Amino acid sequence: MRDAFARTFYDVAKADPRIFMVVADISPASKMTNFKEEFPTRFVDVGVAEQTLIGLSAGLALRGYKPFAYTIANFTIYRPFEQVRNDLCYQNLPVTVVGVGGGLSYASLGGTHHTMEDVSVMSALPNMSILAPCDPLEVDESVKIAAAYNGPMYLRLGKAGEPNLTAEAPEPFAFGKLRMIRPGSDICILSYGPIMKLAFEVASVLQRDNSLSSAIFSVSTLKPLDRERIESLLRAFKTIVIIEEHVERGGLGAQVKQIAWDMGAACKLYTFHLRDEFLHVYGTQDDLRRAHGLSADCILRAVAGR
Amino acid sequence: MRRRILEISQRLSALHIAPAFSCLEIVDIIYFGLMRRRPNGDTRDTFLLSKGHGAMAQYAVLEQLGILRSEDLDACCQLGGRLGGHPDYGLPGIEASTGSLGHALPMALGITLANAQSRFDSMTYVVMSDGELMEGSTWESVLLAPSIGARNIVVFIDLNDFISRGQTSVHHPNIYPVEQKFHAFGWDATSVDGHDQEALLRAAEAKDLGRPLAIIAKTVKGKGVSYMENEPIWHFRSPNPEEFKRALAELEDE
Repeated sequence: MRDAFARTFYDVAKADPRIFMVVADISPASKMTNFKEEFPTRFVDVGVAEQTLIGLSAGLALRGYKPFAYTIANFTIYRPFEQVRNDLCYQNLPVTVVGVGGGLSYASLGGTHHTMEDVSVMSALPNMSILAPCDPLEVDESVKIAAAYNGPMYLRLGKAGEPNLTAEAPEPFAFGKLRMIRPGSDICILSYGPIMKLAFEVASVLQRDNSLSSAIFSVSTLKPLDRERIESLLRAFKTIVIIEEHVERGGLGAQVKQIAWDMGAACKLYTFHLRDEFLHVYGTQDDLRRAHGLSADCILRAVAGR
Repeated sequence: MRRRILEISQRLSALHIAPAFSCLEIVDIIYFGLMRRRPNGDTRDTFLLSKGHGAMAQYAVLEQLGILRSEDLDACCQLGGRLGGHPDYGLPGIEASTGSLGHALPMALGITLANAQSRFDSMTYVVMSDGELMEGSTWESVLLAPSIGARNIVVFIDLNDFISRGQTSVHHPNIYPVEQKFHAFGWDATSVDGHDQEALLRAAEAKDLGRPLAIIAKTVKGKGVSYMENEPIWHFRSPNPEEFKRALAELEDE
């Protein structure tokens, strides 16, 4: 995802002289070097200073520029939370806050580097929009949307090596819309971000072992949430499964449950998410997910009674 | 302008009067002595009131300039009014929302980078309280400014030696020395009497063109009304009718 981001960023920033890259002591992949060399005045490294990362970006936006403020996800929004709230959201400025390594991407670096609550925290801020693409192809689309967007946006990225899952998606990527990326008729799976690959794994086992056909939707825009489409899915499917690498409170599952309650939905709703606990587990990202019940086994046990 | 601010205070039970009186000469000289105006009245320079709680000083100046209407100031902090206790971005003459301390200098850095990118000859003036020297974001930006070549910034530190709960030199003495700290961070820095407008002007005009400048302006919190001066209670209180009369009488005598 990092490479896809850097590649598309280079393209959009080359075409739009208003775009700046502001980083806090991190280099967003080698492709960014090209941008830095070609457009040195539009690449700013503030050093290890995240409050200034956001405040300085706000200043650029106040004068008509469109900065992308980029660093590790938790450092983009937690350390400078008040700058995100006051400088970006309160003033409603076009700054894209790019959080690389959202969720548990920095698995073995420990809890200080996990970003488990970002969707909830950012969703609470008026004017903020949230994009969480599920694969490098959706990253490309997200960067184009962010570059054209006229307000604060949080772009939640994974890290590196995520597979492309949406090459054959039946629906196009669109800001503010759910997107069907795999057709199906029995079960509906909603997910976002790199954990989407788990949704595909679950869907293929359900097909193979239970002859259940699963539709998968990418909820790449988490705010504004596509309430209308969610309502129609809650009406159309008997079983909805939500998988997210995020805590329950304020996450997609909780928001869909709220919609389901408001409309009196009759379907079964399974939500899988991180627990309300910090992780003290080391290993791969999948190991950490599993420690909080985010594995195909766990999901299949609940959904198909395996 | 002090009279005008006192007058407004009579419509409200609480108003940041003393913090505005402390920086009034500074704000005034920035607008009337330093900021360059185009024929249509627009400025080519930027002013950010980092100590947003000094808003009344800025509002009073903007009223004199005809940028804010008298009705706006009369309705300040009241239902139906559009001016609040801190400056809000989007209102006439207000370049950024402040109020939470330590936010304006990072934004000022972005503004100067933007101006450089646009090849726009523009200065950015920031008025900061001494209390803001306790904010981490301030020192992040002070450290960064010379490194990114942010030359066209002048920061006025309204050094009244008070934060809302008491005297800085007593409770937080390591704020001092201030000027040397800025020097150590690569800035040009100088200290002046913050109520002496000629001295403020001279200090700003003598700016080293290659570096950002901090003007440490020594001020008196509540300046101009004897019972308010250096009394923490006036950080956020409106005078009663009797006190109001006394304050006006003192300003008349002056």
